[in-house]
Amino acid sequence: MKPVSSNEPAICVEGLDAGYADKVIFDRLSFQVERGELFVILGGSGCGKSTLLRLLIGLKSPSAGRILINGVDITTADEMAMNGVRTGIGVLFQSGALFGSMTLAENVALPLKEYTNLSPDAIERVVAMKLAMVSLAGHENHYPSELSGGMVKRAGLARAMALDPSILFFDEPSAGLDPITAAELDQLIKDLNRGLGTTVVVVTHDLESIMTIADRVIMLDGKKKGIIAEGDPRELKMHSQDPLVQSFFNREPLKTVL
Amino acid sequence: MEDHGIPVISLSGEKGGDILLSLSGRLTLENLEMVDRELRSQLAGLAPASLTVDLAGVDYLDSAGALVLVLLEKGDGSSRTIPQRFVNVTPQAERIIALLNRLDLNSQHLKSVEHFSIFEYAGEATFYIIRGFRHIMTFFGELLVAPFHAVRHPRLVRWDAVFVQMKRVGVDGLPIVGLISMLVGVVMAFMSALQLKQFGADIYVASLVGVAIVKELGPMMTAIIVAGRSGSAFAAEIGTMMINQEVDALVTMGLNPVRYLAFPKVLAAILVVPLLTMYSFIFGIGGGMLVGVLGLDLTVFTYVQQTLKAISTFEVVSSLFKSAVFAALIAGIGCQRGFQARGGAEAVGSMATSAVVSAIFLVIVADSAFAIVLHYISN
Repeated sequence: MKPVSSNEPAICVEGLDAGYADKVIFDRLSFQVERGELFVILGGSGCGKSTLLRLLIGLKSPSAGRILINGVDITTADEMAMNGVRTGIGVLFQSGALFGSMTLAENVALPLKEYTNLSPDAIERVVAMKLAMVSLAGHENHYPSELSGGMVKRAGLARAMALDPSILFFDEPSAGLDPITAAELDQLIKDLNRGLGTTVVVVTHDLESIMTIADRVIMLDGKKKGIIAEGDPRELKMHSQDPLVQSFFNREPLKTVL
Repeated sequence: MEDHGIPVISLSGEKGGDILLSLSGRLTLENLEMVDRELRSQLAGLAPASLTVDLAGVDYLDSAGALVLVLLEKGDGSSRTIPQRFVNVTPQAERIIALLNRLDLNSQHLKSVEHFSIFEYAGEATFYIIRGFRHIMTFFGELLVAPFHAVRHPRLVRWDAVFVQMKRVGVDGLPIVGLISMLVGVVMAFMSALQLKQFGADIYVASLVGVAIVKELGPMMTAIIVAGRSGSAFAAEIGTMMINQEVDALVTMGLNPVRYLAFPKVLAAILVVPLLTMYSFIFGIGGGMLVGVLGLDLTVFTYVQQTLKAISTFEVVSSLFKSAVFAALIAGIGCQRGFQARGGAEAVGSMATSAVVSAIFLVIVADSAFAIVLHYISN
């Protein structure tokens, strides 16, 4: 919603320690996401991808380290500063997380009503635009239960984009979708990233998606409690020497010595 | 010219010809309406044939800001369109405008908002009641068969679930049942003492409290508390399982959801609610005794003796039987409402509410029936 300085990185994670109870998931994790980048966090099941996403969107607190979103450290920010950060980010949850009791228009209008002083007419126009952006023009009065899985995700994306956030987070966008719908959603993510200049962070393990959309990836490993590979996914697939990275990108079982 | 990024609009050119529209500042969601209003009012007087939009002074443009400009050309369905071209556009702004230009911004709603007439509402409500009644009948039919199945296959009954539910319905409810019953006993004793004292009949406070608690208030108060605590919990738990397709999973595994989910809950309630009712008798009578002993100078012995004289074993047993029936109704309707949940979180909430309201209604109807039947039996 608010313009941000184009010099600073969109996201900066420094020396992050996090975990659950006595289980350490990240040990001194550090990385940056540049502005306008389409950045993918990948890794096998249980490596901490979803935990990292929860940390980045402020739903979980780390035990140490800093997370800077648009230059604001969300680990120390007070409620007011956090609200400023929240209006600058949008999140598409795995299930879409639309409110079932509201129509699509009401779902998308919710952040606009909460954070702006726009009149109902102006909100209606912005909602129509956001729904058109995700190819749901005319579906204003539909309820989520009347839509397919792919449409629900796109509507969730329209809601996430309602305030024109500078960063969009996606949790497993292609999960549960057929290949055509998943490809359409990938294309949409790419179009929005290129068209609106939005920084996009995607958490996924879908190889097709990663290869199609990612500018840069980091690969997490549960055993090493951090990043094991970072860079262009096509480069990593071709040149990485790490057996886990090789197995992941070539979709092969990990070779273990018997 | 510009203050804190507030957009400034300037127009030049001849009326009816090509107008140069120069914008500066920030065009964002926050000032969408202001820019839109200003642009339309200024352009209305000029009736331009075409527009040249100069974005040289614009430091920030988001999709909402671009929408205002794009709608000038594409129209918003209510105003005429004005052909336009953009100059001095940053690559980023150009991409946003191009993205918006590709969109269908004036599409008709594919589904209109539903407005029902009173007759349609009445019709819908009637069908809802009929469907609900059919669902209740089917559910209670299956529930009645479940005990026979349990007798034939006792090992298939989920006894662990029964014990967990007995704890949740019974043990966890002890503090609130005890407290409310005691307060009801205190209030009853106070109110009756005010009247009976005038006739020197203080001792009958014990009889009145004893009879009221054992015959009506004990089973009724316990049932209402169980309906509020456990009836709603059963509906919410099974309702959430319905929404998450867990019940569908049970069906595909060949397990009967009523036998698997509802029967242990209903059985646990039937076993434990009479015990809770007994407990409520003790606390209700205890509350009355507190007032009798401390306020009316009665001894504990006299109070207990008078209470025992006033209530019969038949009354105690019939009340406990009544409370078992209440338990079956509360747990049954709670589970049934849960199985009726469709859609999302809202449905779970409304079914939990419906479970409590229906349970209290059924308890009162059943209590009335018991009152009539017991009247004739005891005479």
